[in-house]
Amino acid sequence: MEMEPAIRARGLRRAFGDLRAVDGIDLDVPRGTIFAILGPNGAGKTTLLRILATLTRADAGEARVMGHDLAHEPDKVRAAIAMTGQFASLDEDLTGRENLVMLARLWGFGWRAARQRAAELLAAFDLSDAARKQVKDYSGGMRRRLDIAASLIVTPGVLFLDEPTTGLDPSARAGVWRLIRGLAAEGVTILLTTQYLEEADQLASRIAVIDHGRKIAEGTSRELKAQTGSGVLHVTPLDPGNRAIALGILGETAQADPEGARLSVPVADDTEAAAHLARLAEAGIRLAEFSLGAPSLDEVFFALTGKEAA
Amino acid sequence: MSAPLPQGPRPAPPSPASTSLTFAWRAVLKFKHVPEQLFDLVMTPIMFTLLFTFIFGGALAGSSTAYLQWFIPGILVQTTVFNTVYSGMGLSTDLSKGLFDRFRSLPIWSLAPFAGLMVGDMLRHTIAGAIILGIGLALGYRPEAGLPGILASFALLLAIGFGWGWIFIVLGLVVRTPMTVMTLGFAVLFPVTFASNIMVDPATMPGWLQAFVAVNPVSLMTTALRALMAGTAGWGEIGRALLAPAILTALLAPLVLWLYRRR
Ligand SMILES: Nc1ncnc2c1ncn2[C@@H]1O[C@H](COP(=O)(O)OP(=O)(O)O)[C@@H](O)[C@H]1O
Ligand SMILES: [Mg+2]
Repeated sequence: MEMEPAIRARGLRRAFGDLRAVDGIDLDVPRGTIFAILGPNGAGKTTLLRILATLTRADAGEARVMGHDLAHEPDKVRAAIAMTGQFASLDEDLTGRENLVMLARLWGFGWRAARQRAAELLAAFDLSDAARKQVKDYSGGMRRRLDIAASLIVTPGVLFLDEPTTGLDPSARAGVWRLIRGLAAEGVTILLTTQYLEEADQLASRIAVIDHGRKIAEGTSRELKAQTGSGVLHVTPLDPGNRAIALGILGETAQADPEGARLSVPVADDTEAAAHLARLAEAGIRLAEFSLGAPSLDEVFFALTGKEAA
Repeated sequence: MSAPLPQGPRPAPPSPASTSLTFAWRAVLKFKHVPEQLFDLVMTPIMFTLLFTFIFGGALAGSSTAYLQWFIPGILVQTTVFNTVYSGMGLSTDLSKGLFDRFRSLPIWSLAPFAGLMVGDMLRHTIAGAIILGIGLALGYRPEAGLPGILASFALLLAIGFGWGWIFIVLGLVVRTPMTVMTLGFAVLFPVTFASNIMVDPATMPGWLQAFVAVNPVSLMTTALRALMAGTAGWGEIGRALLAPAILTALLAPLVLWLYRRR
């Protein structure tokens, strides 16, 4: 049997009035992989995901999800997907348990099986203690967990996650990352959006970078880093008067932090970072501080487009 | 977090009836968790009943008791019509919070969430109606047709609520904020309920207003309800009362479906 990719989209477009939210996007997401859509606020990530999840209609273009055409077989697509949106799609007045029982019923479970499935999910997501609390009393992290649990009533072919960790604290974020990896290991295809390069890098085997509704780059994390530098060297000259000279030494890809005294330059690897530091030392520029970090989204955008992220 | 995926096979897809029943269950749960909403539903009609009966009743009908006979069927219609606003507000809330996105991404009969809303509405109309009627009976209201009259009246009230409910489901679908739905709703409902025969006999109104009151659907519904409570109702009265709800359903149900699918 020929295995079609989990998602194949061609030329998807959607405008809101004059604003082209999604402006001609092609996408191929192989089955069983984690695919990240990386872009700043307003790039069109949510609109793209909503189109693929049958929630928003495309003005043009076509897509197949798990082998079903989006426009002609929306119900088959819906049976094959689950989506956890950017904002919780839960009934705030109901308890966590009631939310899950309701959704299990809507997937076709009988009452008893629905209660059983709800209990399993509550236990798996560490929500058993809060099962009988109304969702409006949940913390942000609990809400996000319940919202993801609500997408796993049955095993989805494709799971859409729209900014799954935005607003979460680091430990909750690590929990969601573990969960996403676990689901992918079980064969669930995951299409997630994020504003953090580090998140895409940590989780996804392929990353599409989008801006103003267009895809501006796509590849593995390694391929993207080859274009953008795998990291960024930050240096702060001890004497602020030396900033201009240091900037010259670091080369034309270097940027000066508009407020602080810090200078940043994308580097391919640690050797290149060490070479920069050595040249600064040779020129007699003492440093108050230096560090090597992953490039921020802004820096990726700068490297890819030569301009700041919108 | 461990093993969140289900072990067994997927269940067969549910029938539209079972799906609607699940949404109805949700509506019932909301009553359980948010009983305060009943307070909103009956506060205004109770105040109206007390105010009109004891302050204006004597002047309008000779005595408070006589006025109750006139007013209770009318306030029941007004309560039902006003309460249809709440389902529109609830819908607008659900839509603004993304809950309907979850429903719309499920492989279920697309009208089922609305069937559930309707069940919630019917429940709301029945409970609010029962409270108002109970207060009326306590104050001395006596429907001549007794229990059968009451039951027939409530059936008519539910049909009225069902028909008018579509207006606010449409508003709930197109207006972004629940508060705007409420403001728009009352802006329409206040004039049509006051320029009717609910509170006073229109005989003393100016001619142009009488002409409006005579064809106002709220008046037709109130006339039919009075007749049902009195045991004098004919099919003509009932038919005229059902005209507006039937037209509203025929026009707006397809519009709701179209608006919902178009988003
Ligand atoms: N329903 C809508 N009506 C009008 N404009 C919209 C709507 N949804 C999104 N937009 C606009 O489309 C652009 C892309 O939005 P979105 O897809 O939410 O981006 P992202 O998720 O990447 O932040 C934004 O400028 C946003 O304001
Ligand atoms: Mg978004």
